[in-house]
Amino acid sequence: MSVQFRVNGKEVEVEVEPRLTLADCLRHQLRLTGTHVGCEHGVCGACTVIVDGAAVRSCLILAVQAEGAEIVTVEGLSDDAELTPLQKSFRKHHALQCGFCTPGMITTAHALLSEEPDCDAARVREVLSGNLCRCTGYIPIVEAVLDARAAYRDKERASDRAGGGRS
Amino acid sequence: MKLPPFDYACPATLPDAVQLLASRDGDAKAIAGGQSLMPMLAFRLAQPSLLVDLRKLAELRGIRISEQGVALGAMVRWRDIEDDARLERAHPLLKAAVAHVAHYQIRNRGTVGGSLAHADPAAELPGIAITCDAEIAVVGKSGARVIQAADFFQGALTTALAPDEIIVEVRLPPWPVGRRWGFEEFARRRGDFAMAAAAVFYDPDAGAKARNAHVGVIGVGDRPLRLGAVEELINGRPVDDATIAQAEAAASAAVDPQDDIHASAAYRRALTGTMVERALRRAAA
Amino acid sequence: MRTVNSLVGSPVERVEDLRFLRGRGQYVDDVARPDMLHAAILRSSVAHGHIRAIDVAAARRLPGVHSVITAREIGERVPRVPMRLQPLPDFEPFGQPVIAETKVRYVGEALAVVLADTAGIAEDALGLIEVDIEPLPAVPDRHASAQGASLLFEEQGSNLAIKFHAVRGDAAAAFKDAPYVRRERFRTQRHMALPMEPRGLLAEWDAARGRLTISGGAKVLFFNRRTLAKQMDLPESAIEIVENDVGGGFGARGEFYPEDFLIPFAARHAGRPVKWTEDRREHLMCMNHAREAECDVEIACARDGTILGLRGHAYVDVGAYMRTNGAVGARNVAQFMSGPYRIPNIDIDVALLLTNKTPVGTYRGPGRFETDFFRERFFDMVAQDLGLDRVEFRRRNLVSHAEMPYAIATITPYESKDELDSGDYHATLARCLDEIGWSAKSKLAGKLIDGRYHGLGVGCFIEGGAAGPKESARIALEPDGSYSVYVGSSAIGQGLETAFAQIAADALEVAIDRIRGVFHGTTSYVSDGYGAYHSRSVVMGGSAILDAAEKLRAALRAAAADRLGCAASEIEIVEGVKAVGPRGKSIALAGLAREAIAAEGAFLNKKHTYTYGAHAAHVAVDPKLGHVELIDYVVIEDCGRIINPRTVHGQAVGSVVQGLGGAMMEHLVYDQDGQLLTGSLADYLIPTASDFPNIRAIVLENYPSPINPLGAKGAGEGGIIAAGGVMANAVADALRTFGAQPRELPLTPTRVWELAQAGPHKA
Repeated sequence: MSVQFRVNGKEVEVEVEPRLTLADCLRHQLRLTGTHVGCEHGVCGACTVIVDGAAVRSCLILAVQAEGAEIVTVEGLSDDAELTPLQKSFRKHHALQCGFCTPGMITTAHALLSEEPDCDAARVREVLSGNLCRCTGYIPIVEAVLDARAAYRDKERASDRAGGGRS
Repeated sequence: MKLPPFDYACPATLPDAVQLLASRDGDAKAIAGGQSLMPMLAFRLAQPSLLVDLRKLAELRGIRISEQGVALGAMVRWRDIEDDARLERAHPLLKAAVAHVAHYQIRNRGTVGGSLAHADPAAELPGIAITCDAEIAVVGKSGARVIQAADFFQGALTTALAPDEIIVEVRLPPWPVGRRWGFEEFARRRGDFAMAAAAVFYDPDAGAKARNAHVGVIGVGDRPLRLGAVEELINGRPVDDATIAQAEAAASAAVDPQDDIHASAAYRRALTGTMVERALRRAAA
Repeated sequence: MRTVNSLVGSPVERVEDLRFLRGRGQYVDDVARPDMLHAAILRSSVAHGHIRAIDVAAARRLPGVHSVITAREIGERVPRVPMRLQPLPDFEPFGQPVIAETKVRYVGEALAVVLADTAGIAEDALGLIEVDIEPLPAVPDRHASAQGASLLFEEQGSNLAIKFHAVRGDAAAAFKDAPYVRRERFRTQRHMALPMEPRGLLAEWDAARGRLTISGGAKVLFFNRRTLAKQMDLPESAIEIVENDVGGGFGARGEFYPEDFLIPFAARHAGRPVKWTEDRREHLMCMNHAREAECDVEIACARDGTILGLRGHAYVDVGAYMRTNGAVGARNVAQFMSGPYRIPNIDIDVALLLTNKTPVGTYRGPGRFETDFFRERFFDMVAQDLGLDRVEFRRRNLVSHAEMPYAIATITPYESKDELDSGDYHATLARCLDEIGWSAKSKLAGKLIDGRYHGLGVGCFIEGGAAGPKESARIALEPDGSYSVYVGSSAIGQGLETAFAQIAADALEVAIDRIRGVFHGTTSYVSDGYGAYHSRSVVMGGSAILDAAEKLRAALRAAAADRLGCAASEIEIVEGVKAVGPRGKSIALAGLAREAIAAEGAFLNKKHTYTYGAHAAHVAVDPKLGHVELIDYVVIEDCGRIINPRTVHGQAVGSVVQGLGGAMMEHLVYDQDGQLLTGSLADYLIPTASDFPNIRAIVLENYPSPINPLGAKGAGEGGIIAAGGVMANAVADALRTFGAQPRELPLTPTRVWELAQAGPHKA
């Protein structure tokens, strides 16, 4: 079947089998291999991407179900020039070791902070409890996310000033 | 763990969806959020020949709150319940229970209808449906019908839903002012299925005695359970330490859990009592 | 080290992060070839049985299937997975065939490999293969194994692979007149490393050149290449094993598994690249398991608490085969039962018993996590018996600084003498108690506050590191004046590139950005390499880099002397950028030669480093839920010279949480038929972000190791080792009024609830 959606701002059209998950479609057909697959049964969170503004597990969505969706993967969060404030915070707090869970952590945290830039540590922990990490013990990840809140608050204020704001 | 091969359809209308589901001799399956079905497919525990995607069906959307109670469309996501401030008043027990459902990403996609149809005995929404005497409205080849929650859940992962039937909505009776309630759950980790959980409510009379007590538990049987013996014990009495202690013992006695990899039967039996006890304490507080 | 030494010891941000954070890491499943086939592996669903027939005809007929490989296609003799460590002849009969030939011995053992155009079709085909297995009685545990009614290897006549024996002094004499003796049994459960990235391999066979290239290597590339070369009858030089980014190792990833033969074989068989990506279910039943150990031990003490002796028996369930490093954990159970303590007389044997379960291998802190639980739990019981404070009991018996180096028990066969190298074990214990506020918190112990009992636990550990024999490094001065560093070590997510860049930059006296890259992870960069295990990379690879840097500087001086017309001894290299000769004549290193100038170095070592320290925990136990909340946890670890405090601290915290998983939740459960009941991540539970938020790690460098030029010791395992014993001690302390004495892990809600069922204890 043919399916069309936008990934990281770019319109794409791919030919897929109905059984192909969005994760496999992104990784193997669109070669966006930053989205990782750690369990294929919706537990580890490594495959988290943002679909229409919401963080979801791309191993639990069929590619054909993404028809018309706006998808953001880890590759879509930063450009060549610079890391985002969230990514910088991860580096500063040593919130990654092997890097395998990192894309899922980053996309999840980005979705969270975009919606809730004032979330507290308990909320961060609760949200990240859906993403498994075997290296860090999570503590530096939670610190990194908390430390990145300010950047999202500033962003929100800037867009409020510009007459934007979230719907 | 690649999914087995299947066909896929995404009908625009409910009758088309029913038609498609009926077209494969019971071998077609509806997919809503897919958060329970996709893992089943990944492990090849389900191998339907056709998946019918319900995402375009407007009839299945929305939370309606009226004098008749709360109606949750089958495609309502956990996230929608979380975000709906009206439910704080309209159905606080529902809101409290749903807060325990799975994780952030799952809550962005998992649906009310999907959870009911999957019928995991440790899932929260089936427990709320049982506890609150919910009605489940479905549509199939032979038309629409309403199934009482008590008749809907027939065993682990087994429901009264015919292969061609689609859940349209679940209706929870109105929530009166002054109702006392509590929800208590214990899981091994945040977001895991409950080891046991209890949902309780009652309506205190003028003398602060309980009437209309409802006590439901999940995670301790092959389906969500109502504990009639515990309800009888509470009705007509003040919900004080003595009542709560008896309710705890009665709840433990009323269930017959099995040993499994996460807990012994004896532990789960005791935990059931503890959950009922703590939920009642919250209700009475 | 040199005087210019600004990078080693500073918390440099990791170079690896830049690619990982952007999603630009390249893990093996990210690699693809246009014409590659996908492999899926049919695995036995029967734990023990004789293979009567495997019918692959229907699978071969499925459109999109290229071929199906069974033992028959492999040839006359199916290769065995070798023992990498302790390669004793005793283990040979128990080696694992890379694919089941006549018998299956665990659920998950490979029976057939399907190659197809897509991974989905390959999996579809698995369902079409018909396997006829005559079931035999499964051997589900060490008791059935020892009983021997059912034998995994009939011709061997027993399920016992070997017994190791650890001896120091004269235990029999010590026990003879001992004033106090106590005997106890303890048990740790089967669990596993579970790195977040499952395994994967991409094998490419170049028939024209007779060359094989394999992506997906990790940990021990050179050993695996030697093994594969023998098995496939190729010269080693015809095989290149490439390490991609690796999503966690923890001892398990990168060992030679059956697939490490099957996938390269399949590529040669098919004449096309073949990719295999392990799925999580396969991972849980095929990757090395670990930690299933039990002991029955006796301790002898003087009345003042001085330990006189330790003796007894230990039993390790090693699963169905002996493969690669499968004996290490068991061996360590015997040799390290004494840990950091002065136990003059030891006599402990350990039986390695085969069962119809997944074979075991090392997992971070192998044998040490187990024995720390046994020993630290035992010590709390003994101190209580003797009416001694448990901290005082430990102080009385910890090896002191003055006793270093301290000889520990010798293990046979494969005789290994070992000694603790350096450190002040008393100081780390004192610091740990201080940090957690032990004396103030002691008032809470056993108290019921808001429905929960509070308790404290403490324990000490040692962590071995720096396994020899050797590591290699090569450094090249590039024509542009930058330096490339090549090592035989492996990166498994531990931040190796950053640490090595720090060491190299200091050794070359240059800024870190002059290090063009740290290149590791193929068998072609250096002549020989040993890899990443036994906390050895920094010590061994780092020391090899020092040697290479020294040799490179000599080569540069020689080259500069040539150009400046003076003796090499007259040349001084300044800031790593220019060579200065007599009378102020100088030449820039950039452009010194048209070709890169390189030097290879090595570090050889027979001794081990011992990182050491202490952990303490404060818990609150809800007796009705059996839930244990971790209120505070402190780990103090002295790991000698620290290269990068940021990464060492990160590993310490991560290691603790992994250990808490083993202490509280992780368990690979089997039934009596040898079926694995925890085959998904919904059933095999590991810690999440909300489970253990309060952990503090303090890493010290008070006692550099005397046995390597860096002064470094292995790090990264200390956090995990003491976690089981410390948590169990804290729970016992909290539930002291119930007389609770945990003797088994994990401390699941059911188990903790059971401990509190005894009713308040009337002592």
